[in-house]
Amino acid sequence: MSTPTTHEAAAFAGAALALGDDALVLSQRLGEWAGAAPVLEEEVALANIALDLLGQARVLLSLAGDEDELAFLREERSFRNVQLVEQPNGDFAHTIARQLYFSTYQRLLYGQLAAGDGPFSGLAAKAVKEVAYHQDHAEHWTLRLGDGTAESHDRMQRACDALWRYTGELFQPVDGLDLDHEALESAWLASVTDVLGRATITLPSGPRTGAWAAGAGRQGLHTESFGRMLAEMQHLHRSHPGATW
Amino acid sequence: MTAVTAGTAESTGAPGGSDAAVAAEQAAYEAVFDAAVAADERIEPRDWMPEAYRASLVRQIAQHAHSEIIGMQPEANWITRAPSLRRKAILMAKVQDEAGHGLYLYSAAETLGTSRDELLDKLHSGRQKYSSIFNYPTLTWADVGAIGWLVDGAAITNQVPLCRCSYGPYARAMVRVCKEESFHQRQGYEALLALSRGTEAQHAMAQDAVDRWWWPSLMMFGPPDAESTHTAQAMAWKIKRHSNDELRQRFVDIAVPQAEALGLTLPDPDLRWNEERGHYDFGPIDWTEFWDVLKGNGPCNDQRLSKRRQAHEDGAWVREAAAAYAEKHTGTHGEAQA
Repeated sequence: MSTPTTHEAAAFAGAALALGDDALVLSQRLGEWAGAAPVLEEEVALANIALDLLGQARVLLSLAGDEDELAFLREERSFRNVQLVEQPNGDFAHTIARQLYFSTYQRLLYGQLAAGDGPFSGLAAKAVKEVAYHQDHAEHWTLRLGDGTAESHDRMQRACDALWRYTGELFQPVDGLDLDHEALESAWLASVTDVLGRATITLPSGPRTGAWAAGAGRQGLHTESFGRMLAEMQHLHRSHPGATW
Repeated sequence: MTAVTAGTAESTGAPGGSDAAVAAEQAAYEAVFDAAVAADERIEPRDWMPEAYRASLVRQIAQHAHSEIIGMQPEANWITRAPSLRRKAILMAKVQDEAGHGLYLYSAAETLGTSRDELLDKLHSGRQKYSSIFNYPTLTWADVGAIGWLVDGAAITNQVPLCRCSYGPYARAMVRVCKEESFHQRQGYEALLALSRGTEAQHAMAQDAVDRWWWPSLMMFGPPDAESTHTAQAMAWKIKRHSNDELRQRFVDIAVPQAEALGLTLPDPDLRWNEERGHYDFGPIDWTEFWDVLKGNGPCNDQRLSKRRQAHEDGAWVREAAAAYAEKHTGTHGEAQA
């Protein structure tokens, strides 16, 4: 096997891991909502989105190795997800802001990948349909909360502001993903600016990356709450080494 | 049933009619209703129905809807900790189905003129009940399997006859609910089988869960026939088709061979096949525990209701925002509800 092929295979596995971890971690966070959503329709919707993401994660992680070994037996520093998806749910506005930022990115990302002829195009073609619904869901709630009551407006504004600093990382190049990152970022910014404008939310003005953390999640640097999330997710699997479920 | 249609029972009295005329009209409506029930026809929302029939249905459908949404809690307790991604996906889908069942059932209750808001208020204030089984805790992963096998199994035994319930919207909702429930039951059984055939620790976890869930599952069929306050009238109206004790026996007869196939035991020394009856005999149920849990003294009554109330209160600003937005943009409450 020639060196470039080996490199390509490693890059492919690395990219699958990065996208798979994004989907897995966000699915885990959304799963925390079960039984606590503000209205019954949202129990169904949030679970549906979480399930789509979990399905994507399982396909992607299986491209990189054994899905359960990767999900349950890696340490925090080996996860390659962006920090945005690991952010705690917060109130419903925070969850919706996180969904808006991330699903807009995923829709554009999978759109680009589906249009290409790279190794992810087939998977992306299916995923793009799912994430278009996720984006639609997030957009509609952003409008309702932003342009709803004074309280919902304030909450939505705070949530959009708080998560803004995690959005720059989405556009760091990922080895193995053949993407036009600049086009991705400008399309993302245009879409989010449009939705927030219609929601009467002021576009956040702060930095889009933290002082030392640009691209951090993709390099295995995460935020404090992530370790707790993993502890909860992994403890049962790790308590029974070698068991099948 | 379409022969006699009236919006609600209150609308039956003709304005200015004499008492005798009203009584005669009432008797005519009742006769048509009784005949429809006797002929196994479906009663539909716009048909005339006795107020007590309506109230009994609302009580039963509401309790069922509440059970679906409270029942999400003990299982949601394990979504974040499921031991494999496959099991996590199955569990998430199951909890989502339960929310969906809640939606169909609240909609069925709405056809009787009772809004979801009203019913949720009654749940939150303790004026309406949910199935007492959900006041037991899910302590280990095996509890998720035991709930699927036993609790969903008991629920299906109760609910399959409801697909032939005399009230149309409830019967139709139950057809879909039962299909999904039987899927859940098979998944629960399969999860327990994997544990039972797994490591020693996994097998012990499965046995412990079955030991804890067996008796509460038998209590799900309600008190013995002699003490059941609602059974006789519900059977006469064909809301209910079989008595509590009949359904309980049917469940035991199905569960015993399944436990053997699972390689797990059931915690009842009196459990044995009775050749003469053609059924399994089983030991006495501790009804003191049943009534105690029902009155609020179960291990999780407060926890379940508090969590539900909290979710509702925390979500108030979201529902208000949706209503305000809909009003601004369409002039109606549109999709904002509950």
